[in-house]
Formats: sequence, structure tokens, C-alpha cells
Amino acid sequence: MATNVLMPALSPTMEHGKLTKWLKKEGDKVKSGDILAEIETDKATMEVEAVDEGTLAKILVPDGADNVAVNTPIAVIAGTGEDATMEPGPSAPPADGRKNASTEGGSPQSDAKTAADSPLAPEAASGEPAQPSAPEIPAKTAMATMTVREALRDAMAEEMRRDDSVFVIGEEVAEYQGAYKITQGLLQEFGERRVVDTPITEHGFAGLGIGAAMGGLRPIVEFMTFNFAMQAMDQIVNSAAKTLYMSGGQMGCPIVFRGPNGAAARVAAQHSQDYAAWYSHIPGLKVVAPYTAADAKGLLKSAIRDPNPVIFLENEILYGHSFEVPQIDDFLVPIGKARIAREGRDVTIVSFSIGMVYALKAAAELEQAGIDAEVIDLRTIRPMDSALIVESVKKTGRCVTVEEGWPQSGVGAEICARLMEQAFDYLDAPVIRIAGKDVPMPYAANLEKLALPNVEEVVAAAKAVCYR
Amino acid sequence: MAAASSSVRAEAAPRKAQNAPEAIASFTTEEELAAYRQMLLIRRFEEKAGQMYGMGLIGGFCHLYIGQEAVVVGMMMAAREGDQTITGYRDHGHMLARGMDPKGVMAELTGRRGGLSKGKGGSMHMFSKASQFYGGHGIVGAQVPLGTGLAFADRYRNNGNVSFTYFGDGAANQGQVYESFNMAELWKLPVVYVIENNRYAMGTSVTRSSALTDFSKRGQSFNIPGEQIDGMDVRAVKAAALHAAEWCRAGNGPIILEMQTYRYRGHSMSDPAKYRSKEEVQKMREEHDPIEQVRARLLAGKQASEEDLKAIDAEIRAIVAQAADFASHDLEPDPAELWTDVYK
Repeated sequence: MATNVLMPALSPTMEHGKLTKWLKKEGDKVKSGDILAEIETDKATMEVEAVDEGTLAKILVPDGADNVAVNTPIAVIAGTGEDATMEPGPSAPPADGRKNASTEGGSPQSDAKTAADSPLAPEAASGEPAQPSAPEIPAKTAMATMTVREALRDAMAEEMRRDDSVFVIGEEVAEYQGAYKITQGLLQEFGERRVVDTPITEHGFAGLGIGAAMGGLRPIVEFMTFNFAMQAMDQIVNSAAKTLYMSGGQMGCPIVFRGPNGAAARVAAQHSQDYAAWYSHIPGLKVVAPYTAADAKGLLKSAIRDPNPVIFLENEILYGHSFEVPQIDDFLVPIGKARIAREGRDVTIVSFSIGMVYALKAAAELEQAGIDAEVIDLRTIRPMDSALIVESVKKTGRCVTVEEGWPQSGVGAEICARLMEQAFDYLDAPVIRIAGKDVPMPYAANLEKLALPNVEEVVAAAKAVCYR
Repeated sequence: MAAASSSVRAEAAPRKAQNAPEAIASFTTEEELAAYRQMLLIRRFEEKAGQMYGMGLIGGFCHLYIGQEAVVVGMMMAAREGDQTITGYRDHGHMLARGMDPKGVMAELTGRRGGLSKGKGGSMHMFSKASQFYGGHGIVGAQVPLGTGLAFADRYRNNGNVSFTYFGDGAANQGQVYESFNMAELWKLPVVYVIENNRYAMGTSVTRSSALTDFSKRGQSFNIPGEQIDGMDVRAVKAAALHAAEWCRAGNGPIILEMQTYRYRGHSMSDPAKYRSKEEVQKMREEHDPIEQVRARLLAGKQASEEDLKAIDAEIRAIVAQAADFASHDLEPDPAELWTDVYK
């Protein structure tokens, strides 16, 4: 029978792509392995191969079509002897990226390349409105919509233009344009002296970057993910974080370690860990984890100028999210300042990075239930802006923390301790932590969904602390 | 930088640095006396540190450089202003050879406010940006990527400087050393890797810890040339150092110098040294002592008299006594120092 060729996903987090070009035309005979078409996203390009033999009966999505949702049928292949003009087979599952992609279509690899069954429901353009509390953005500032990915790249490019001692080093940052395309175009603008591809050698290039920083340069070290930075942990902690103190203030290490942190989707235990709590344990390190594109840009620029080692935790799923970014020359967001993302009276929800997605959605649901939640985006994990949290809790008397990392000794645990110390008399209910479940990240879609926090848990926790 | 170095290398055979120097540099009287004075300062300083450790004035770990003096003194004779030095935890000698104040070094050992790190680093963690001395690192082998990074900065700025990166035969088995070798050769970084082979990684002899005990060959997989040097002869060290520095400054990339040396004392002050015989140590001291070699040459060549050398000895003893006195009487750090220097 006829089979649909579906728009494949290049990565577990891809939702849309462009159908660049058909290499076969209607009526052509195709066999398994033939390249049917080329597709691309902002991250990469890929060829769509046929997995069935037959005739390309009908092309459903033309050359050059943009924003084609993953799993959309893009062509029909008629089996041998079938009528090449027959109607397509049963329609594909909803192309919202939430269901498993069919492997019967043109998915280039049927193993791991299914669409994300992420519970995070990444939204391509969440377009969060201007922020209630962001003193760094003056009123009436012109805004432009851009993705977190673009904001990060612009931050690096601006700082590299400003200071010749800033350079980027890491795996695939130059010729490949970044494994997640964060360094796109930097090699072309700044050349190979300042955009340096490394061998796969995290311990080595982290140490080399730290040495270069001690020698007076300002390296931006990209880890393909922070999961790989565990190989470099000794250099980050023992060499970068402690040397200023051990040298009685002589040395210093102006360096940024950046890259995606935490769970993406369907990459299982060794590629899904959230390191916010780990790094935030270390005196001598600053730890930043932005949610919006504006914060990503302003904080990365501040991190690059900071004279201390800064751990800059990004999130793969957020890379494609769009936000309003102020069009200000040299837009800086100070490290160490949290932001009130939503004002409210009844309960304080504190989160950071992708956790903000749950927090804001929960706040919207709580509003329906008559609970007015205040949502704080920490932005910086260390030094933590306790003052803003305490101030908020003095108003609401209740607090829920949200993070994807594990609960024990986590960021939420730290916030609980600080509230005990600094706001005990203001609390009307015990603080509840919503965190990743205390297990290694499972691969199976349903288990992964269970392991991560979700909006319902946040809503339930907020209701619980409000005794509702 | 990365793209340019992606060209395929054809050479397979171990590379030899070209224009290998005379194995032993001939020293002028001035050079012999300078080397004698420097090595003696390190020897007497370390003996004093050992004494003070025994008296409880120095705490924690204390790794003495006695026996290895010719390595750092010879190397430093080839360094020029701007070149960087970085090493592991056996670092007192490197700082003295770099010209850092013995008072500051000793006061750091005693944990006083006049110490080079204001008393916050201790024996293993001392630095001097002014002297281009980048530590003093307590994690075995960690200084190797760091020293490679210093060379990266030199190359980035094209300033003609060289990073002298020291580590021991024990550190030579750490993985990050080879990660560094690979990048250094790939990007032709100006770094001289000085492997101070004192034959024992703590208590484990090289034959018990290393599948290949010729450390000069440790760069072969990366096409980095290496040489074995008599690290007890300061003239041989200097000759090799000069050649290596020149090799790096000419843009040839890294080079390895294996310094065959010996430490007379234990790994640290708490080491009873049961893993080797007293005779082995005695034989090395009698036949190969780096300071005695210079002394004998000076006397035999009538370049100095017994009286001349005695005068130097007295001068050195005075410097060390002053350092010890300062380090014993200087105040401990102000308690407020606990909270400073965590962030800039």
C-alpha cells in the first residue's frame, strides 16, 4: 500500500523545519536509501532518504516550504504495482511534535530521531511580554523578537568586537558553526585565531582555557553540553575557582564556561543532568542560568566582562524560544539579580532557566483558580538574590521552588534553608520543592515525562501551600 | 588556528629537534658562581624549611626540592623576561630560582600575612604575577593544561614568550598531560614541558608505575620531540633549556625535556622513605650532587678559592636565616582575610 513520507526531526527538540529542495519528482521510481529531499532547520541540514521501494506518487509539500511541522506528510510513495496517483495512506499523527513520529515515512533514522515527546511543550515563540521588574530596561525601549540562540550569539559577537582578548574555544564551535549553532557566523567574522575548534578533550581544553585566562585572555569555553564538563570538573573547581583565593588575590581567572545544561528530550541519563546545584556549591564560581533571550544576552555579556570564572548554564529546549530583546547598545544584565517575571500576592514561585516554563504556566492556571502567584526568575544561582525572594515571601507568606535538577541539596533546598533563616516568621506554610525525580533520567518517553517536573505538580504545590 | 593546523602530517618517525646543542654548555666563571649561589640558596632554604616543619612552624604538606636544584636553576638560566613558569606542589625551588623573595616564600610556608599568598595558599599554592610564576598547583598534573594555556595566550598575542611547564614522572601518567600534548602540537604552542624525573612518584618507582620509563618519548604519539638530560648537571640543563626555548620561539611548537634527577628527601616531610635503600640515596649524593659538582669544578679550575665559596655559603645562610626569622615572627593573617579574595 501507499505510505506517507513524513517530515523528519533532526533532533529530539526540533518542531519545524524547511523543506529546501526535492531531489526526486513525482512519478520517479525510488528504492530504499535514495535521497528524496533536503530539509534544514536553524541548527542543521539533512537529507531525507526513502525507506520503501516504489514510486514517488505525490509531493504534498513543495520546494522551499518553510515552517513544516515535524510529522507532516510531505509525500506519498506508492508500492510496486500500485496506482501512482492513488490517495495518500492514513494521515499522520498530529504534527505538533508531541506524539511519536511514525517510522514508516521518510524519517532519516528510525532509531532515536523521533519527535520530542517532551512534557515541556516548548513553544516556538512564547514571546513573553516586557518584564515587570527589569530595571536594566528603560521604559519605551524598542524591542526586537529573537531566539535565545540568536541572543547568545549576538552577545558573544558584541563582546568579541569590543575586546580582542575575548575568544571562543570548544568542540565544533568554528567550522561546524556550533553543535547547537550558537556560534553561527563567528568564525566568518572573527577568524580561526579567535574561534577555535578543539579535539574532544574536555579536561584538556578546560584547563587550557583557564591557563589562557591566567595569562590575561578572556576565554569563552563552550561545552557541547555540561554533561561532558564533568570530565573537566577538577580544572573548573580546583584551578579556576580557587586560584584567586590561594594566591592571596593576585591571580584571577576571567573565563566563561557555557553550553546547554539539563535535560533536552529523550537523551537519557548521561546527557540530561542539571548541574546548577553542583556548581553553585563552589565559592569562587558565579553561576548563571537565564530563561529569556534578553537575559541570555545581557547576562552573557556581563559574564564575559566579569573578572571571575562564570558558569553559564543554557538549555537546549530554550534555544529555539523567542522573546523580546531590548534594542539597546551594549545591553547588560547584572549578575546576581533575580527578576520578578509576574507580580502576585498569594504565593511566590521561584525558578530559573527552563523551570520558568512550568512556573509561568502554573501561574496562569492558578489565576483561573483564583490564586495570584508571584513568579521569580532567579537568573543567577550564585550569588543568589536572596533579598528579592525574602521580600516576596514577606508579601505572600508562601513559597514553591521549581527546578529540573534533583531534590537533595538542590537549588530549591538552598532556597528553603535561606527562607528558614531569613523569613521564618513570615512563612504561613512549609515551602514545597518541585524538582526532578530522584532517579537517573530514563529514556522511555513516558518515564522521562514522569521524571521531570510538570505544571500540574507546581499548581498542586501552590494550592497546597495556600491550603486550597 | 584550528583550521590551519588541520593539514595532514606525513612524518611518522620520532621527530628530533634540529640543531641539537652541545650536550654540556661551557660555563663562564660568572655563570658557575651564579648557579652555585642559586642552587645553594635552594638547598639551604629547603633544609631550613625541613627544620621548621619539625618544629611545628610549618603545617600540612611540605615537599622539599633537595637534590633537584640543578633542574630549575639551569632552566631559569635560559628564560627571558616575560616567559612563564608553572609547576606542581614541589615548588619552593622554582620560586627562589625565579627571583622571588625568600622571606615571602618562607612566610607562606608558616602561614603568615607576609607570605606570597598572604598565608592563604601554603606550600603547594604560591603565585607571583609580577615574576610570571603561575603556581604552585596541588593536583598532580593539573598544571600541564594550565601551562599549555599560558602558551596559548603567548601564541594568541604572538609575543615570543615561552611557557616552562614543569611536572614529575608521576604526573606524566595523568591523562590530561596527553590531552595537552595533543593540542600543543596541533596548534604549535610555545611550551617547554620539563619532566622532572626524580624516579619516584611518591613511593612508587618509575619502573613500577610506567610502562615506558623513557619520558622523553612520551610525546611521540603527538610528534613532539623530546630529549633526556642529566638533570644533576646544571650545565647540561642550561644547554638543553636554551635549545628548547629557541625551538619554541621559532614557532616549532612544544618540546619535552626529561630531566633525570633525584630527590634526597622523602616525597613529603611525612615520608619515611622505606621504598628505597639508604645506600641508593648516599651513592647519588656522593657521586652526582649538583652543588658539589659545581663546587669541585670551581676549585679545580681555580675559578674560586675555598674562602670565596665560604663567603658565599655565609651570605646564603644569612639570607635563609633572615627569611626564617621573618616567617617565624610575622603575624598571622588578619581574621578579616578569611572573606577576601573569593571574588574579584
